[in-house]
Amino acid sequence: MALAFLGPSLVGITVFFLIPFVDTIRRSFYDIRGVNFIGLESYVAVLNNTAFRLAAVNTAKFAAICIPLLLIVSLGTALLLRSIKPLGKTFKTTFLLPMAVPVASIVLLWQAVFNYGGLANSVLQTLGLETVAFMDSSAAFWVLVFTYLWKNNGYNMILWLAGLDGISETLYEAARVDGANAVQSFRYVTLPCLLPTVGLVSILSLLNSFRVFREAYLVAGAYPHDSMYLLQHLFNNWFQNLDISRLSAAATMLAAVLLVIILLMRRFLDEKE
Amino acid sequence: MKKSRIPWLTVKLIPLLALALLVWWVIWFMVMGSLMSLEELRGTIGPALIGAEGYSIWPILPTWPTLRPLVALLLDTPQFFVMFWNTFRLVIPSVLGQFILGAPAAWALSRFRFRGRKVLATIYIALMLLPFQVTMVPNFLIIDRLGLMDTTWSVILPFAFSAFPVFIMMRGFDAVPRALLEAASIDGAGHFRTFFKIGLPLGVPSILAALVLGFLEVWGAIEQPMTFLRDPSNWPLSLFLPQIVTEELGLAMAASLLMLAPAALFFFFGQKYLELGIQAAGIKE
Repeated sequence: MALAFLGPSLVGITVFFLIPFVDTIRRSFYDIRGVNFIGLESYVAVLNNTAFRLAAVNTAKFAAICIPLLLIVSLGTALLLRSIKPLGKTFKTTFLLPMAVPVASIVLLWQAVFNYGGLANSVLQTLGLETVAFMDSSAAFWVLVFTYLWKNNGYNMILWLAGLDGISETLYEAARVDGANAVQSFRYVTLPCLLPTVGLVSILSLLNSFRVFREAYLVAGAYPHDSMYLLQHLFNNWFQNLDISRLSAAATMLAAVLLVIILLMRRFLDEKE
Repeated sequence: MKKSRIPWLTVKLIPLLALALLVWWVIWFMVMGSLMSLEELRGTIGPALIGAEGYSIWPILPTWPTLRPLVALLLDTPQFFVMFWNTFRLVIPSVLGQFILGAPAAWALSRFRFRGRKVLATIYIALMLLPFQVTMVPNFLIIDRLGLMDTTWSVILPFAFSAFPVFIMMRGFDAVPRALLEAASIDGAGHFRTFFKIGLPLGVPSILAALVLGFLEVWGAIEQPMTFLRDPSNWPLSLFLPQIVTEELGLAMAASLLMLAPAALFFFFGQKYLELGIQAAGIKE
């Protein structure tokens, strides 16, 4: 009976995701035409590729910097939002809005702000500071970090708010009875209770971090400044050359790394509970 | 006690206002920019975009507000309508597919007890957690084999079968009280009847949540159409817009606003469901 309901969806994910994914793993061990077995050759080629190394390092660095930053900023936003009653709803709507803004429609604005003659440099100049070539220097990386924070703050804020709502009021009362001040009750009640949420928010933030490619690509093109050349650029560029063997090897490795990270996070959290 | 509250509120409001300004300013820029004449745009953000001398400025209000770029876009740029229509040709079938294929699947995963259910649910979650860069090659291999490259189906089908809406709706169906289902089965209602009469009506909030998130996702999609649609005549607005930026500043501003409009409308009417959809991922199994 379950099959009647699940069938269509299951056929779809099998045909479009599961079978071709197995095929992708197979292709990573074969030559470009998918005929001759070449073993780990593609993997070696990928790992020795300088563009791949640059992109992998940048992507890891991007995740390592912007995920903790986003977690802190969005948790701060959620806590502040909960502590003020008036205007709370207006702020919530405001912070969520960037999620609905299609990347393509703000490309122009991003360029107007961050290009060399742009508004950011106008401000710097007015303040008497040195101007920066935002898109053509290592500052490009930080523009991307900023973009990611701008876009995802609201999404994470909602996750934190749900987590905070789940903390029972009696715990806070008990802490107050014990004479805990605001900082102490945050440290000993809020933080431990939020731990499961931390794991979840981190995993979702990691996945959303792959989407900054949209901004990066539309603002700076297929070959941006080295500091923001990400794995997503590399996949896109390799795809243009239809180098299926190397792409398959890279995709398999990326999937493996992500799955390991997710499993480790889950295990870590299960132990903590 | 009362006195110290007001400065505290101010202290809390300042960072919130600062963050909010970053959002409000963007919207303000979009609206005002599309009301500026081409001459004014050249004078204000020309230095950043078309290589004019000096630095950009941005006035709070346009000096001479005009609807001319918007009118020119709507009346004299048939290309724009083609792209707008192309976007809908991708969005509507994708989102409909997510509902028609996803809702029954979510119901089965949530409500039926059968062997392999846990494994299946895990597969859906794993698929949902993989970024496009991982699924790009598998998707390409099958789309190419089916001869669907460069057709709208190459974008629609992977979206329609995506695991995320199934997951959100599954969470919604989990909340349907068991007693209702037992009552229905005592009344002799079959599986399909129970699904249509109880599951779907009670699942409406999570279904809407999935639809709102699905709409926003496909409306702004870049990677999928860029990878699978080679022929520019099939391109959605999201790919077309960045191309006109350099050519026609006035038109580009107006087009950006019109691209934002449907997404913003969906957002304001569906915000409650959007929040629900985000939270769905947060509920522990």
